Amino acid sequence: MAAGQNGSRPKIAARRVSKVYPTVDGSMVALEDFSLDVADGEFVCVVGPSGCGKSTFLRMIAGLDAISAGTIEIAPGVEPGKPLNSVVFQEYAIFPWKTVIDNVAFGLQMRGVGKAERLGRARYWLDRVGLGKFAQYYPHQISGGMKQRVSIIRALANDPEVLLMDEPLGALDAQTRVVLQEELLRIWEETRKTVVYITHSLDEAVLLGDRVILMSAQPGRHLATFEIDLPRPRTADALNTPRFAEYRALIWEKLSREVKRAMEQQQ
Amino acid sequence: MSELTGPVHETPSPDGAMAADSLAILLLAAGAAAFNGLLMLAGIWQPLAWLAIMVSFVVLVLVCERIGRMVPLRARPVYERSLALGFPALVLLMWQVAGDSGLINPTWFPQPSRIAAGLWDMIVRYDRFSETSLIGRPWLIPRYFSEGGLAGVWTLLSESHVLATVSRVFIGFVLGAVPGILLGVVMGINQTVRLMLDTTLSAIYVLPKIAIFPILMLIFADPFGEGPKILVVALAVFILMTINTMAGVRGIDRVYLMAGRNYGANGWQMMRHVIIPGALPVIFAGLRIALGTAMIVIISVEFLRAKQGVGFITFYYWEVLNPEKMYAGLIVVMMLGVLLTYLLQWLQRRMMPWQQ
Repeated sequence: MAAGQNGSRPKIAARRVSKVYPTVDGSMVALEDFSLDVADGEFVCVVGPSGCGKSTFLRMIAGLDAISAGTIEIAPGVEPGKPLNSVVFQEYAIFPWKTVIDNVAFGLQMRGVGKAERLGRARYWLDRVGLGKFAQYYPHQISGGMKQRVSIIRALANDPEVLLMDEPLGALDAQTRVVLQEELLRIWEETRKTVVYITHSLDEAVLLGDRVILMSAQPGRHLATFEIDLPRPRTADALNTPRFAEYRALIWEKLSREVKRAMEQQQ
Repeated sequence: MSELTGPVHETPSPDGAMAADSLAILLLAAGAAAFNGLLMLAGIWQPLAWLAIMVSFVVLVLVCERIGRMVPLRARPVYERSLALGFPALVLLMWQVAGDSGLINPTWFPQPSRIAAGLWDMIVRYDRFSETSLIGRPWLIPRYFSEGGLAGVWTLLSESHVLATVSRVFIGFVLGAVPGILLGVVMGINQTVRLMLDTTLSAIYVLPKIAIFPILMLIFADPFGEGPKILVVALAVFILMTINTMAGVRGIDRVYLMAGRNYGANGWQMMRHVIIPGALPVIFAGLRIALGTAMIVIISVEFLRAKQGVGFITFYYWEVLNPEKMYAGLIVVMMLGVLLTYLLQWLQRRMMPWQQ
């Protein structure tokens, strides 16, 4: 939307995307006719009841899942050789067999960046999120919050055109979550990456996003778009403002209906 | 107010618990001694030996548990080690006593002292007829080296039963494990290959590998040579490693594969950075099992057809009815197994530093 108004080319253009899974009892539509434009430097949050195909959509943007119908395009940047996207997975997905620093440098290593340079860049990001001390640790030696920090900076060190985040904080406890939300806000302010952020937490979506996209229960369709006009830079304090509560109530009214519908479907 | 400051829980004093434990230990030990003594006085200890031993064992466990509770935390490792080593030592001692006193027949169950003597005799003895010795008489290495150089040392080593078994196991192990792991990776990745080969492999897997031995002897020009012996070990290891590696590759969490792809890993990088390390824990579990199977196979083959090897010599001492040395042969097999397992664990620690 933001992209359409000022006429510049969107960073991500998803046009009438569908995902159909063939099953023995016929086909199952996970995502139907879903379109989304994301502007350069925009932070878009996608929320919806579980099973609405939001993670599938993200994996399709990343090229990890086949698209049944429609097109998804990520506009390449001016710098050649930069990866188009990097995903932060819900289950961390950092490799247990690599040290923290080797995990962060993984994308660079795969692209053939020399050892000294990739370790230097990895160390820069580790220091930035306060994990410098843990560079030589293995993932099983650090906490869940630290693992997800490693997973996030693995994506950032890769310096992709767009950052795709699939419920990255979903597995963390409430306190760690708030801390990491603030950290995400801080890092995003500094890097202004284009982000598509999948979450089932409404608070998180309103706190982080420029726009919140609401999806319907299965099959996933576009239900509503909410522009979040909260001042930037934001901190977790925004959670306690009346404006925040208004947005939250507005979106929840629609979302709760979908959640109920999804629950009825499952019964 | 004063009520709040008072003690909430009555914690039993540690001294009191310790005194109770000490008393219990004394009572238990006295009870066990009295029980055994009464049976002996009545002259029925021998026919009821199994009962007496069982009761004594239970009492011993109860006593050791109470001692364990009294041991201070820093002495705990010492206590645990002495329990782990002390009990087997106690069993050996009882075996010795039972043999000496005629409680068990030393002809079939020779005492540990006689087995040790037999083992020593096997080590120092050189059989002129078959030109073999147990470990190749390493104390003669300097003399043979000065007389015949490296070739002299080689003749000395090639008379060793242990070395014959170890080299068969080692060569067969490597020849089986390397292609087994490679095929396992392919079957883990490629569904078509898996569907084509899985049934056959599962069928061969349940086949006792020793049953293939006659076929292998038929194939080789020299049926009594090293070829069939090494190959039967290699085949057993190959099947196990294929199946285990396949399971390991298939067990890798899908999210790691997605992460590898998303961060731009190509085919080879995917193999080196994601698939092999991801499957390594299961591969090593497979190697441990394969090592055990390799030992079973080689010992059985040496029972059947060999002029040298630990299995051969154990069987030979059955033929000449020398039970001490049969037991000694088994001890050598056990020591080999332990040694090779340690070697594998060392390799595992080197290759999987993230698992420590």
